[in-house]
Amino acid sequence: MTATEPGTGVAFTLDGQALEAKPGELLIEAAERHGVHIPRFCYHPRMKPVGMCRMCLVEVDAGRGPALQPSCMLTVTPDMVVNTTSETTTKAQDGVLELFLINHPLDCPVCDKGGECPLQDNAYAFGPGESRFVEEKRHYEKPIPISDLVHLDRERCILCDRCTRFASDVAGDPLIHFIDRGNETQVNTFPDHPFASYFSGNTVQACPVGALTAAPYRFKARPWDLTEVESTSVVDSTGARVALQSSRDELVRILGVDSDAVNWGWLSDKERFAYEATNSEARLTDPQALVGDEVSQVRWDRALGAAAEALSAPADKIGVIGGARLPLEAQFAWSALLTSLGVANVDAQLGDGLPGDVVAGLADATIAEAAAPNGVVVLLSADPKEELPTLYLRLRHAAIEDGASLVELTARPTGLSGQAAASLHPLPGAVAEVAAALADGATGDEVGGVAAADLASAHGLLTSGRPVTIVLGRANLAESPDYAIAAVAALKRLAPEAKVLSALRRGNIHGALEMGLTPELDLGATPAVVTGLDTEGILEAAAAGKLETLVLLGADPIADFPDTELARKALDRVSTVVAIDTLHNESVAAADVVLPASAAGEVDGAFLNLEGRLSPLKAKVTAAGQSRPDWMIAAELASALDRDLGAVTLDELRASLSAAVPAFADVDWTALDVATDGPLIDRTRSWSPSLPENVAVPSADGYGLRLVVDRAMWDGGTMVAQSASLASLPAEPSLGLALADFEALGIAEGAEVLLEVAGTGHRLPAVPMAGLPKGAARIPFNLPGFDATALLSVDRPVTDIRVTAN
Amino acid sequence: MSRLTPQNVALATEIISRYPRPKSALIPLLHLAQEQDGYVADDAMAHLAELVGVTPAEVLGTCSFYEMFKRHPVGTYMLNICTNLSCQLLGGEELLHHAEETLGIKAGGTTPDGLFTIEDVECIAACTEAPCLQVNYRYEYRLTHDDFDALIADLRAGKRDDIPAHGTLGLIRQHITPDRVGGIEPPETAGKPAWFASREPAADEAGN
Amino acid sequence: MAHSNDYVPWAPGYVDNEGPKIVSSRFVHEDSYTLVRSLATGGYDGLKKALDMAPADVAALVKDATLLGRGGAGFPAGIKWGFMPPTWPRYLVVNGDESEPGTYKDRLLMERDPHQLIEGCLIACYALGLNQCFLYVRGEMALAQERIAQALNEAYEAGYCGKNILGTDVSIDVVLHWGAGAYIVGEETALIESLEGNRGMPRLKPPYFPAAKGVYYKPTIVNNVETLANLPWLMVNGPEEYKKYGSEASPGTRLVAVSGHVKRPGVYEMEQGVVSFRTLFYDDNFCQGIRDDNALKAFVPGGGSAPWFFDEQLDLLQEGRAIGAAGSMLGSGALMVMDDTTDAVKAALRLVRFYARESCGKCTPCREGTSWEEKILQRILDGHGRASDIDLLLEVGQNISPGVYPMASFEAEGLEAVPFPPKQTTICPLGPSSVAPITSAIRRFRDEFEAKIPADARALETAGAEGAAS
Ligand SMILES: Cc1cc2nc3c(=O)[nH]c(=O)nc-3n(C[C@H](O)[C@H](O)[C@H](O)COP(=O)(O)O)c2cc1C
Ligand code: SF4
Ligand code: FES
Repeated sequence: MTATEPGTGVAFTLDGQALEAKPGELLIEAAERHGVHIPRFCYHPRMKPVGMCRMCLVEVDAGRGPALQPSCMLTVTPDMVVNTTSETTTKAQDGVLELFLINHPLDCPVCDKGGECPLQDNAYAFGPGESRFVEEKRHYEKPIPISDLVHLDRERCILCDRCTRFASDVAGDPLIHFIDRGNETQVNTFPDHPFASYFSGNTVQACPVGALTAAPYRFKARPWDLTEVESTSVVDSTGARVALQSSRDELVRILGVDSDAVNWGWLSDKERFAYEATNSEARLTDPQALVGDEVSQVRWDRALGAAAEALSAPADKIGVIGGARLPLEAQFAWSALLTSLGVANVDAQLGDGLPGDVVAGLADATIAEAAAPNGVVVLLSADPKEELPTLYLRLRHAAIEDGASLVELTARPTGLSGQAAASLHPLPGAVAEVAAALADGATGDEVGGVAAADLASAHGLLTSGRPVTIVLGRANLAESPDYAIAAVAALKRLAPEAKVLSALRRGNIHGALEMGLTPELDLGATPAVVTGLDTEGILEAAAAGKLETLVLLGADPIADFPDTELARKALDRVSTVVAIDTLHNESVAAADVVLPASAAGEVDGAFLNLEGRLSPLKAKVTAAGQSRPDWMIAAELASALDRDLGAVTLDELRASLSAAVPAFADVDWTALDVATDGPLIDRTRSWSPSLPENVAVPSADGYGLRLVVDRAMWDGGTMVAQSASLASLPAEPSLGLALADFEALGIAEGAEVLLEVAGTGHRLPAVPMAGLPKGAARIPFNLPGFDATALLSVDRPVTDIRVTAN
Repeated sequence: MSRLTPQNVALATEIISRYPRPKSALIPLLHLAQEQDGYVADDAMAHLAELVGVTPAEVLGTCSFYEMFKRHPVGTYMLNICTNLSCQLLGGEELLHHAEETLGIKAGGTTPDGLFTIEDVECIAACTEAPCLQVNYRYEYRLTHDDFDALIADLRAGKRDDIPAHGTLGLIRQHITPDRVGGIEPPETAGKPAWFASREPAADEAGN
Repeated sequence: MAHSNDYVPWAPGYVDNEGPKIVSSRFVHEDSYTLVRSLATGGYDGLKKALDMAPADVAALVKDATLLGRGGAGFPAGIKWGFMPPTWPRYLVVNGDESEPGTYKDRLLMERDPHQLIEGCLIACYALGLNQCFLYVRGEMALAQERIAQALNEAYEAGYCGKNILGTDVSIDVVLHWGAGAYIVGEETALIESLEGNRGMPRLKPPYFPAAKGVYYKPTIVNNVETLANLPWLMVNGPEEYKKYGSEASPGTRLVAVSGHVKRPGVYEMEQGVVSFRTLFYDDNFCQGIRDDNALKAFVPGGGSAPWFFDEQLDLLQEGRAIGAAGSMLGSGALMVMDDTTDAVKAALRLVRFYARESCGKCTPCREGTSWEEKILQRILDGHGRASDIDLLLEVGQNISPGVYPMASFEAEGLEAVPFPPKQTTICPLGPSSVAPITSAIRRFRDEFEAKIPADARALETAGAEGAAS
């Protein structure tokens, strides 16, 4: 924490020392900052203090004589005299501790928390007490599952209100609560309403004792044989800071690290538990190549040879898809290799994002700026709660605690609708018109399914003079990205000062853009000298037999590209598919050469998050099987192809990256390893993207409903599917309809309906989705049991479907 | 049955309208649910959650804090016998034991015929009339054991139609006819009453 | 008018004795709760008077009268009202949760004269410049709820309440709210939580002083039923008349409930600060003596939370500050009298059990400590006590209420009084209240505790101790 700026400090006395607190600083924090740790259980730096546990009582004289005060609720006032060691203080703290212990079980040896438990530690320090309590302890049924991921042992619970406060105040999922009263008080859920929160794991981490345990970690390891390093989550582009913990060279637990800039210590359950996939059956451990006409395990040099051969095809006959999974250094190595080969057809996105130059050209906001007090945030993206959960928590906090106003300009209601000052949900394809209407101040009548009143309130907020941040992403996979581009152009016309925060979700995508792994840009995010094909173009060319080699750089187009048919055709048609990946998937299955890459937690590197912040990726465990770091694979392919990357170690790569890319010129790579928020790289561009504002919206073809396809956190993706604890979480596939459309179509809620797209029919249960505009229909992307990509085609800028009962 | 009936939903809506925030109506609404079913059923709590816009867990959190709310069926007549000090001094505990013996159940229990539940309760604000008890929250004062037996006999014989079944409190409800409402607003929009502003001495802003 | 100096049948326990009647003047009428009777006896005249004055002047008048709060703390209402910051919305919450052991007065005021209370609320709302009042009645008081509902319906109907009161531009809504059984909800911040539909768990003061951050964290005044019931009379007769009764520090009258071992237990309206405990217990105009003329063993002067008094304190006048200095509190006008047949351990356990049952569970010392105290006392009473338990009780008390606990002077042992209130490691005073009966009883009647501890238990323990030592 930073020291107080001179002059602003509040003078007070702590255990005889004259010190300064920050204005408004809580005593418990000020003391901590000056090296005095006051014991506490209910206090948590990222939650509202409640002063319940009374462990932090200290003797304070604020002018009216010394009195016991909870230091977690007390802001330091001038000339306050605090005594944390007086007899009164110690007596009070010991007394509270004894009362904690009388009903607390003595099962530390079998408790997950044993060895890292503040109660246990304090108890050793304190000693006696216990023996004086000869009465029966409180008894409860031993651990009960309160969700698929979290178990609760009520006998161990000390009722500190941390989990419940987190659930209601931070996550907005008040599904666990204090029940009953007094000495019978317990934390629990409502019968048959489990604690189904995307953020449940945070309660386990926040629990000061072993009352809450995470199913994936229970009994996996003991704190004393755990070692940890601090790293960055690659699960999504927020880049949450994490601590990777391993036992016997196996990753067993991920904890959130409190990064002031990014995740404040919180994680989504996906960021916390999806590491399970790296140890799963699907993990790729051995190189494979064609032996005869069978793809089977071979030695590395043989596989590399096969890949090199495929890459020696004419440059314009090669397409490379993917790269967002890779650490920055590997992205650089690949970029250099492909440039040296003259390959321009490279795209780190899978047609499910936005053009690289648009994002690289516009994105200039930080998370802190987007979540700034009193700001205005426009959501021109998918639901952050589903795609960028830790960003969602920051935005939610901004709206609830810091007076930020949210404007939803989204295809459907989001997890933030409850906090939104204005909710605009245009019909698919209409978002550009709606944004234009805002820009033109034409808020008189309904546009694209958005009521005049909502247009007016949104317009008011955008022109209020308050700082505006546009969160820009791909809201609807069934809709051409052109509409979002036109919309952001219009919004910038209305609010030229508005900043843009990228909501491209995939791992290290922003590193990939800086490294030029996108057709519109070259290394250093400079406009491409030769513009190659994007993923859509690559797949079309491949399907048309115009490509020989397709390299999948940690990409699964069959699952992710919003036109599965095309992706399949493409992979069938090219002569060689080279897959470089960590996990087996449908696209890897179609490959002729498979190069196993080392996964997050197994390699060192760097990560660039959606705000352009550089942070470290650290190796904690030995790489699985024969897998190798992506940068090494690139380097070896380079030498196999007699190309010189000028670097054969990670450090050399970093050096040449700094040399080649101005934005990284003064990065101190070694400083990345220390546990502070990484540096923001300079993203000012000498160019600006073209943002065509007028795009035609195809008139409805009489089919009736316009489709919204977007992601849910728990989907059928390999990461979730291969994580034992998460695999069961995806929802049943369903078709969401506006309440009004149920009558209009004569459908009963929950009834299975027939939906037809371009002639083909599918069946799904129809469920009501409050807030969805009439005439829209929503299907989650890539859920087990239903492949929404099958409904999509690159030829259709919007997707119309016909829905009929039976 | 245990979600609120349409009539009770109407009542609930009227009650909610008297508060600046819907959740403030929760305790009166839980009483309404208990009046309907004799206890507060899970489905009723889930329904109330919808009505005031919170989660069922939050409703349960409030409901379970207050001892008057029973989450399982109880006797038609709830006998709350006070044993706190004032009553204890004048035989409250003896009265409780007498009740337990005559009805053959322990405090907290319900007679097999589902007619009576006994509870050993805290001070019910009739200390000068000790020992005393409440039947469904209607008072009986200075009871001898014979008085108690007579009371039970009368209840059994249905002679006490002044005492409604468990769950019903006041028999008269507050009802504000719409034209008489002064104006109830959410705290977010409510401001200083015009009548007060007009009567304020210019000097003293605080108005007191 | 003449007073019968006898019980009034329709006001159970109320004695219409000699002395000024400010809040109970209508109790002698069987139909005192109806609007008709109220109006026939000057009802709402105080409101009319107030409406003709500026709100600030009404507030000033109340301040001038030093109307002490009757809910327990005895804080002057006029001064409390002054703590409200000049922000809106603001609320008035009437505390009718009466549940302090031994307390019985607010229920009578609500059942017998609801219009007087409603009028008091309206006067306060007018003075404070607010237009919404919540009348929080204890859940178990069905009749009080019914009578207030009826009175409110009448008052709204007749134009005394709601929109354009008495044809003026003043509009004030009084809403009947009722609880569901939780003593702690009487504590003002818990009352506010409860009124928001939450678990009735107290908020921390600071920072949540209701006058600044109350209902919905907006400025809120919480006043006791009896406090507000004084306002109509006060408006009509003025502070000078009011101050003619009672002592200078505690003017006016108050309702007290005397229960337990007296010949005529009852609710009496008496002048504040001028009547001694002896007069109250023995005088013909009051309780007329200890039952069967037994000796007095101890008495609780102000509700279960008050440390006990003994013979030594009988001649004290019932005046807040004096009683506080003497080691206890006047609290809620709840006096519980124990004669020499009383089992001190049993009595202490019963009170401790109350606090253990009623602890809200929010803070550790009270949640864990009160039930520990109860368990120990229960063991002693059941004959399973250990010699060390008596001091253990006092030490557990220290965990909840560190330092020397308030106590009455004890001449026989030459002990000085320790003034009220106690220190606390808890959030609110409920936890510390559980320590009052323990310290009082053990200090004065330790022999009774020891007598209940089996002799062999003592032997056993010393043996155990040696065993542990070796
Ligand atoms: C544990 C506890 C219980 C209380 N119970 C009551 C009560 O039942 N009625 C009441 O009027 N005040 C009660 N009080 C006092 C209230 O907190 C508050 O001081 C009072 O209602 C203020 O009104 P007054 O100023 O008019 O006395 C209680 C306080 C505590 C700490
Ligand atoms: S002292 Fe008792 S009642 Fe008061 S807050 Fe603490 S636990 Fe609740
Ligand atoms: S940490 Fe301050 S009371 Fe719990």
